Amino acid sequence: MTRYLKEIISGTWSLFVGMGITIKYFFQPVVTLQYPHEAVPMTPRYRGHTQLVWDERKGGDKCIVCNACMKTCPSGCISLAGEKLEGAKQKSLTKYELNFTTCSLCGLCVEVCPTEALEFSKDYNIAGRSEDEFKYDLLKRLKETHS
Amino acid sequence: MSIDYEVIRLAAFIVGIIGFVALNAAYLVWLERKEAGHIQRRIGPKEVGPYGLLQPMADGLKLMSKQLLVPDGVDPVLFKIAPILVMTPAIMSFVTIPFSETLAPRNLDVGLLAVFAFASVNVLGLLLGAWGSRNKYAVISAARVVSQNVAYEVPMLVVIVTMVMVTGTLNMHDIVTQQMGGFWQWNIFRLGVSPLMPVAFLIFFVCMLAETNRAPFDMAEAESELIAGVFTEYSGMGFGVFFMGEYANIVVGTSIATVLFLGGWSCPFGLFPGVHWFLIKMYLLIFTVIWIRWTFPRTTFYGLLNLSWKILVPVSFFNLILTSALLKVF
Repeated sequence: MTRYLKEIISGTWSLFVGMGITIKYFFQPVVTLQYPHEAVPMTPRYRGHTQLVWDERKGGDKCIVCNACMKTCPSGCISLAGEKLEGAKQKSLTKYELNFTTCSLCGLCVEVCPTEALEFSKDYNIAGRSEDEFKYDLLKRLKETHS
Repeated sequence: MSIDYEVIRLAAFIVGIIGFVALNAAYLVWLERKEAGHIQRRIGPKEVGPYGLLQPMADGLKLMSKQLLVPDGVDPVLFKIAPILVMTPAIMSFVTIPFSETLAPRNLDVGLLAVFAFASVNVLGLLLGAWGSRNKYAVISAARVVSQNVAYEVPMLVVIVTMVMVTGTLNMHDIVTQQMGGFWQWNIFRLGVSPLMPVAFLIFFVCMLAETNRAPFDMAEAESELIAGVFTEYSGMGFGVFFMGEYANIVVGTSIATVLFLGGWSCPFGLFPGVHWFLIKMYLLIFTVIWIRWTFPRTTFYGLLNLSWKILVPVSFFNLILTSALLKVF
């Protein structure tokens, strides 16, 4: 009989304890983000697709078209072209294409670059309807973001 | 002249009750989703309208635009009247519930009895819906619903008998007027009559949760075990009406709890009684009902029946005997 009563009282008490916990959570601030309207700020080490670094002094990319990134890329997803402009000491970039469908984000291209012209972007909201949408022209992107 | 007045009064109350029930059914879904969200530290509905306030309208439109499927092999009559049999008694119960001194459709002397008479039809609706569906899941679920409702009707009615003994009337208006003038007059705190009054309230509340098929006793739906329980074959607004009936039943249950234990429309401090106090108490209880749903997981069926037959029934009978003894002595 005492065990029965004890069980009822402790059981009822445990129910109230549980409800106390949930009401505490009810008044705590919301932790989720309203995703399409809000986005998480990415950590500095996040590896999105690679992008060209903007050079403030030159007002353009830092690339010298040494082709090191293209050669080191294990999946061969980088293709770039450059030409020597009149009066310039180095070649300058005319096209930098990244095929993100085959890129494995190993980061060898970023490491190997002698002028630090490449970096990882913080972009993670990427979706598309066809494969072609993931063939990025990084030079065009750089100019679009800094125009 | 007097007949005209009666007709107008009748029409006004019919429109008022149906509007109140429909609005509650729609916005309790919104409240439920918001509260669930905040308990889980999300926001809940937010896209449709400010604070997601137009979400019930959107849900209603969606449900109404769906085809009302009547599958082959069902009993068409039972299948179609079942949702109505769940909804109608819920609306009928409002006839006797006094929202304030003057705001009550009918002041019946057997008001409490009438409410419980209507409330028991709810089970019949679920049972017929499941039987008419010719679906094994639905029939299994209906068996569970019936055994659950039988199990919980017993302690609930024993508590009601206790309350009727204490108040000496079945008239809900009189029950409230006895409790006027401060919260210490409410039945839940009348410890002089019976020291187990708060326990009686607790038993009533638990039984109300089970009677309205709310979590943690939602055996009627039990969507993780029985697909959708008795609603398996229902589509569109057929399903919607079942759910409106469920929410209307919650409103009825909390209203009765308010009238019986929390002093109806009386103010806790004896000032300005009125319909607002009734609504505040009722919605606080509804908030608690939803809060319970998002705190506890669904019980097993054994747990459910054990709770009723081993704990609620003996305790409520003990309360009945104790109260009657104390009433006889003092």
